[in-house]
Amino acid sequence: MEPIRKHRGVVAPLHRENIDTDQIIPKQHLKRIERTGFGKYLFSDWRYHPDGRDRADFALNHEHFRVATILVTGKNFGCGSSREHAAWALSEFGFRVILAPSFADIFRNNAGNNGILVIELPEATIQRMAEHADKHRPYHLSVDLETQTISDDYGLNQKFEVEPFRRHRLLNGLDEIGMTLLHEDDIARYEAQHRS
Amino acid sequence: MSKPKTLFEKVWHAHVVRAAEGEPTLLYIDLHLVHEVTSPQAFEGLRLAGRKVRRVDLTFATIDHNVPTTSDERFVIKDQIAAQQIATLRKNCEATGIPLFDIGSGQQGIVHVIGPELGLTQPGKTIVCGDSHTSTHGAFGALAFGIGTSEVEHVLATQCVSQKKPRSMRINVTGQLPQGTTSKDLVLDIIRRIGTDGGTGYVIEYAGAAVGALTMEERMTICNMSIECGARAGMIAPDDTTFAYLKGRRYVPQGSAWDEAVTRWRSLVTDDGATFDCEITINGAELEPIVTWGTNPGMSVPVTSAIPNPEKARDASERSAMQSALTYMGLEPGTRIEDVTLDRIFIGSCTNGRLEDLRAAARVMRGHKVHDGVEVLIVPGSEAVKVAAEQEGLDRIFKEAGAQWREPGCSMCLGMNPDILEPKQRCASTSNRNFEGRQGREGRTHLVSPPTAAAAAVKGHFVDVRGWEYRN
Repeated sequence: MEPIRKHRGVVAPLHRENIDTDQIIPKQHLKRIERTGFGKYLFSDWRYHPDGRDRADFALNHEHFRVATILVTGKNFGCGSSREHAAWALSEFGFRVILAPSFADIFRNNAGNNGILVIELPEATIQRMAEHADKHRPYHLSVDLETQTISDDYGLNQKFEVEPFRRHRLLNGLDEIGMTLLHEDDIARYEAQHRS
Repeated sequence: MSKPKTLFEKVWHAHVVRAAEGEPTLLYIDLHLVHEVTSPQAFEGLRLAGRKVRRVDLTFATIDHNVPTTSDERFVIKDQIAAQQIATLRKNCEATGIPLFDIGSGQQGIVHVIGPELGLTQPGKTIVCGDSHTSTHGAFGALAFGIGTSEVEHVLATQCVSQKKPRSMRINVTGQLPQGTTSKDLVLDIIRRIGTDGGTGYVIEYAGAAVGALTMEERMTICNMSIECGARAGMIAPDDTTFAYLKGRRYVPQGSAWDEAVTRWRSLVTDDGATFDCEITINGAELEPIVTWGTNPGMSVPVTSAIPNPEKARDASERSAMQSALTYMGLEPGTRIEDVTLDRIFIGSCTNGRLEDLRAAARVMRGHKVHDGVEVLIVPGSEAVKVAAEQEGLDRIFKEAGAQWREPGCSMCLGMNPDILEPKQRCASTSNRNFEGRQGREGRTHLVSPPTAAAAAVKGHFVDVRGWEYRN
């Protein structure tokens, strides 16, 4: 997993609440047996016409947003299916940071396991960032996970909070399995006590 | 005396492997269910890291998401990518020794249908699967939740998940559910009230007289859809109904071990005086049949009302969400739900594809004909459900009415197999999600109970099934 400490990037807005994982990666693209190859299908039903042409009305098709690495969106992002393909698709498209008022639980874990930093911010802050992203193209944000601050070129300087353990893993790009296996003794002890 | 505990706390505490300040808890997993779509990358990761499956004896696999539901196609899958995904699961099970309930084995089915059916699902267990509807198993007083593929790999390697302890919520449903309403209507009503993120961060316990009176299959429908309000899990305390359902099933303890298990399971109730972070009470006697009109499971109304008006939304963002849902669904505010006509009907899924669901649908359709121009797909949740339904003659009732009786699988709930809607087709579906494109690009899904779906199949539009004319 690629560590994330400081990240500066272009912001793309998706003005919508409750974006579910069926929208992030529609089911017809879940049949691959690899972790790769999902980026081009990110938001595919919104991004492309049925014949495969780009839809001009979808934000990520605008030239300024194609290079975005930070997504700003509405509450409850990533609800629905547990498909990690959603995180793989976002990551492969280039997103490293997602900002929203709230996230669905399973998606939050999937994002963390793929080095995507998800940050919850107050609705008003999200709203302002999304407006900036629409107005100043390109709009950049600088995210510092070490100091847990986020800033822009227009005076924004916002604190945020990420759970300490998740932050530690993201900062160092640590694989969760490897970390758990450090506690192999605890697992073996539990098993010995509970084996019937 | 120790501090009173909730059902959730009891199951959680019994599985803590390691708890350290500032870290998520390492929780032991008693049952890991695996299917073809979310597992190939996990097995591959395990192989690349040179790791082994830690507890093959606690891991079980089946094939459900991709499998076609026609008898000729299910053994020879035309979609090459789907076929490869299924072949990969077979190879992975063979290489690791994980038992696979394969197509045609008599035990294959939707993972959340076969777990309970085989008695793998038991009170007090921790259960995970790379599928969000794993919450289903909570109906037995298990702590069950969906995980992503990296977590599937984590469980394969360590038999643990790393979890932050969720908060607790109790939803008390008082009274008795009225005739013609089902637990599907109840859970849709709950989601409508608390919203699609109302349960985020919580484990919900469903309690109260109305819940206690439900059968196991009805309880599973409620817990199944807990994820649709964002909850980590849904749970119902095990009782005599639970034990009667499980007794004698293949994987439950037998003989004296059964009696000991039941004694142990009886302690899995929320103690008097235990507190929840949030508590809600609903009068079950006021429930009506519910129909979703929008593009998430919280957008619903009683069958007797009309499509709501975005002008009456609470705020601008709700208004815009309603408008975009109505545009997608091709609906006008003010249209009576009973005037909405249907092209397709889907009865099945891990929410409503069990024997009682099929019985309820058959009871409505018996002696009636499917409305002209409506295509009706009935997909049993498992091979065992199919056999049991055929022994009761339910398949004949459906076929005589003009419905299609199919082979088991997830089918049109998510349309990963050939069963999908055409663009703009409107479907009454007993499944769990009405998201855009869920049942096929530009397809329009209305979530309903099995009796409401069956009645819509006959009339060609939604009707209040409480006034149904049953025939013999």
